Amino acid sequence: MNELPQQLVNGLLLGSMYGLVAIGYTMVYGIVQLINFAHGEIFMTGAFGALSVYLWVLPNGTTMWIALPLMLIGAILVAVLVAIGAERFAYRPLRGAPRLAPLITAIGLSLALQQAVWAWYPEATSARTFPQIEGGPFHLGDVTIQTGDIFLLAAAPISMAVLAYFVMKTRTGRGMQATAQDPDTAKLMGVNTDRIIVIAFALGAVFAAIGGVAYGLKYGQIDYRMGFILGLKAFTAAVLGGIGNIYGAMIGGVVLGIAETLATAYIADIPGMDKFGSQSWADVWAFVLLILVLLFRPQGLLGERVADRA
Amino acid sequence: MRQRSLIAITAALSAGALTLTACGSRDSDDKGSDSGGTTVTIGIDAPLTGDLSALGLGIKNSVDLAAKTANKQKYVDGVTFKIEALDDQAQPSSGQQNATKLVADKSVLGVVGPLNSSVAESMQKVFDDAKLVEVSPANTNPALTQGTDWANSKKRVYNSYFRTATTDAIQGPFAAQYLINDAKKKKVFVIDDKKTYGAGLAGTFTEEFKKLGGTVAGTEHINPDSKDFSAIATKVKNSGADVVYYGGEYPQAGPLSKQIKAAGAKIPVVGGDGIYSADFIKLAGATATGDLATSVGAPVEELASAKEFVANYKTEGYKEAYEAYGGYSYDSAWAIIEAVKKVVDDNDGKLPDDARAKVTAAMQNVSFDGVTGKVSFDEFGDATNKQLTVYAVENGAWKPVKSGTYSG
Repeated sequence: MNELPQQLVNGLLLGSMYGLVAIGYTMVYGIVQLINFAHGEIFMTGAFGALSVYLWVLPNGTTMWIALPLMLIGAILVAVLVAIGAERFAYRPLRGAPRLAPLITAIGLSLALQQAVWAWYPEATSARTFPQIEGGPFHLGDVTIQTGDIFLLAAAPISMAVLAYFVMKTRTGRGMQATAQDPDTAKLMGVNTDRIIVIAFALGAVFAAIGGVAYGLKYGQIDYRMGFILGLKAFTAAVLGGIGNIYGAMIGGVVLGIAETLATAYIADIPGMDKFGSQSWADVWAFVLLILVLLFRPQGLLGERVADRA
Repeated sequence: MRQRSLIAITAALSAGALTLTACGSRDSDDKGSDSGGTTVTIGIDAPLTGDLSALGLGIKNSVDLAAKTANKQKYVDGVTFKIEALDDQAQPSSGQQNATKLVADKSVLGVVGPLNSSVAESMQKVFDDAKLVEVSPANTNPALTQGTDWANSKKRVYNSYFRTATTDAIQGPFAAQYLINDAKKKKVFVIDDKKTYGAGLAGTFTEEFKKLGGTVAGTEHINPDSKDFSAIATKVKNSGADVVYYGGEYPQAGPLSKQIKAAGAKIPVVGGDGIYSADFIKLAGATATGDLATSVGAPVEELASAKEFVANYKTEGYKEAYEAYGGYSYDSAWAIIEAVKKVVDDNDGKLPDDARAKVTAAMQNVSFDGVTGKVSFDEFGDATNKQLTVYAVENGAWKPVKSGTYSG
């Protein structure tokens, strides 16, 4: 049986999740040149927000078709609140400070959020199970798709399309573009840059929350550390796609996900490479790919500006 | 001025974050009461937080129970036992720090732990230099007692290290025999997490499985930080294997089992004592039915010798279950108590100045009927009790299937 189509779908799913989280990195970076390392934790708090809605707001045994939209709203609310709070209390006071200060703050915030969930969320010291959508897997030829993955397959392109429309067509979206290009001039033209920055953080959090719910549905469990590695991967995806470019984030995520999956599946079959082929080596190959891309296209796959204001 | 306040805020935030982290790693108990005489501390090192905390807390509670029982019975005249539990978060570096801390506390005469073989590796030398006895209820890597070249020539590495658990040298082959002889499996896909425990277990299993005429359809090493095993699950499905052997622990084994079944391979996942936890079933979900695990010893619930332990554990009202290693932890602590008793009795009822060295020496000859059967140690510090049991997931719980011992 040919396993390539299945592996590509596996990679696409993993990559879509990276992409959803990567959008938050890339938007915030595009506008304030800040690498928000706490973004992985915003993804995590979103997932816990969804779980809280399921556990404590909805009556027991609510069917997922009703529960899921409400959980999604809960996830988005929690993630956006955390992100806006982070922007207001951790990053805004540091605007204009040397770059290392907000970076270190972001790392501190990331640890603080992890430990806060660990300490105060009930039974979060080990993994908590996430509600699952009932129903068997779907088969398309050789490819099997899990019910929980359908959400991710649908959510990623839809959110991407909505985001593209928002950034290109709406007034606020154009304000974001203007602020990204030149914050001072944008301010002179009457753009409220403070508001734009808050919106960038909030939008990133919305996509992270969708990603968090997708993670819970896909793996059936969430834990307080789930955002750390995934956040790093998403950041890598953002760089791969060209940081600052929202389409790049999605494409970078998908490329990274597929690269990891194919490395796990096929490198071991190359003669003489069986030692370097297992999943424990997949990250190495993903980063080799990243280095190769950056060697030939330092601005990333879709990036246009070459470190213009760095 | 602005700069300075920014620095202050950054410093405060980072400090806050660090403090929160530190909160997670401090979890010591001071329950021992000083009712005259000498107080002897039994140190505990186990993962009390994080993924493996279910097992770690079971260890801590069981040792606590042993100390309380000894105090209640006034088992050692003039000596009161208390426990000091440190959290290693399953990290070798934390384990070593904890070992140093326990060595520095002069009242510590023995340590129970750790859970992970990889953590034990980082602690052994620290304890051995201080001649402080360490009894692990859970380490199964053969190299810890028999040296890295254990397969060819056994050589004891540290005289202060003992364990009540049996080794992977027995556990892996035991699983292979069960799969070939009882479950009639022929083609295995072997996966491990590259850690000391998982890789060791997968190695001894594979060797025996091949020797008994089985074939290996494929091997794979997972990345323990990942939760996405879909690529591996697809490989397993297409390999045509009729069983999966996983060397590793339940935080990864649960999702792995779930994703293998979801990919369409309806074959059992088999592991060692590291997946024998209720959390495995929780994480693997409904499709875990039929998955197998081997674990050291006979099931505690079925041993006559363990009735008292199970009853007392219930009476004390511990929040967490004793899990896979509860009985072994109790026996490990009791072995330390026996050794202390011997040393005190030999010294006219007082602790000698070189109590640590004497306790370590006494440990070699400790022999008593414990929760898990007869507890004594061979010339390498390994348990002489080499019982193992195969468990299967049935109706959302582990059910014992077959107990036995592995003989060459």
